[in-house]
Amino acid sequence: MAESESVITQEMKDAIGVESKPTVYSIEKNAVMRFAQAIGDTNPIFTDEDKASKTPYKGMIAPPTFLRSMQHVSTGEDESRIKSPYPANVDGGSEWEYFEPIRVGDTITSTTYLADIHERQGGKFGNMLIMIRETKYINQSKKTVALQRTTGISYQPQD
Amino acid sequence: MNQTYFEDVEIGSEVPTLRKDPTPQQLVKYAGASGDFYQIHYDVEYANNNGLPGIILHGALKNAFLGQLMTDYVGHHGSLKKLSCQYRGMDVPGNPVYAKGTVVKKYVENGENLVECEIWLENHEGQKTTPGYAIVSLPEKS
Repeated sequence: MAESESVITQEMKDAIGVESKPTVYSIEKNAVMRFAQAIGDTNPIFTDEDKASKTPYKGMIAPPTFLRSMQHVSTGEDESRIKSPYPANVDGGSEWEYFEPIRVGDTITSTTYLADIHERQGGKFGNMLIMIRETKYINQSKKTVALQRTTGISYQPQD
Repeated sequence: MNQTYFEDVEIGSEVPTLRKDPTPQQLVKYAGASGDFYQIHYDVEYANNNGLPGIILHGALKNAFLGQLMTDYVGHHGSLKKLSCQYRGMDVPGNPVYAKGTVVKKYVENGENLVECEIWLENHEGQKTTPGYAIVSLPEKS
């Protein structure tokens, strides 16, 4: 059986490296607390302003993966997202690098670009399109707080 | 909160295991708190139609469990520098998952006491569904 044709179009290739419009996000106390509660983390630096003020952080900070929720508030077009021919998606993995704490009260600006795209045929989920995206998070003092590299997988569900 | 010090850590040291008992309710709470409303995490029929055995944990929630494993480990005087994981296997709610880690490297770089750990999430059958690694900076006692 001949290998099926590539589903990676020129349009997808052209999207590699193009930076998205920035998403701006306020790190709100209640949002951080709600996130900590949802993941079941009772560390006072994420949940208790008084106790957090007595730690070296001198105030509440956000759990390390909290920034991820920013990508879901983006309202405009996201140039780093390409239209996959496959309807289903799973998350493949995530790599974070941290430089500064994410503080309650911060204003974080993020930009994302598609770093790489490849496909795999006949894998666990059948044919898959694998997209590597990189996001940079910068705070109001223009300091990079974190970099994130994610692997997104879209696939054709098998019967 | 416990504090881990650089002097106390050796290659092969274990990161204290973090047990989590995810439920469908927790997945809904995580969806709300993170804004990730992809239906495979709360709608069984939708998940089945996507070729999944039922609703599954958000990869990002498992990432958050591994994040907690490490922020618990570094205490309030250390910091997390890198956190990485791959979602190799699916985890379903209703069974416990265990976040675990082992120290694989210990070194000083640019005046920072760095410790690299192999970390993973293990299901109740002992399978590593989510392998990864972390690099942390730890304080000294003196």
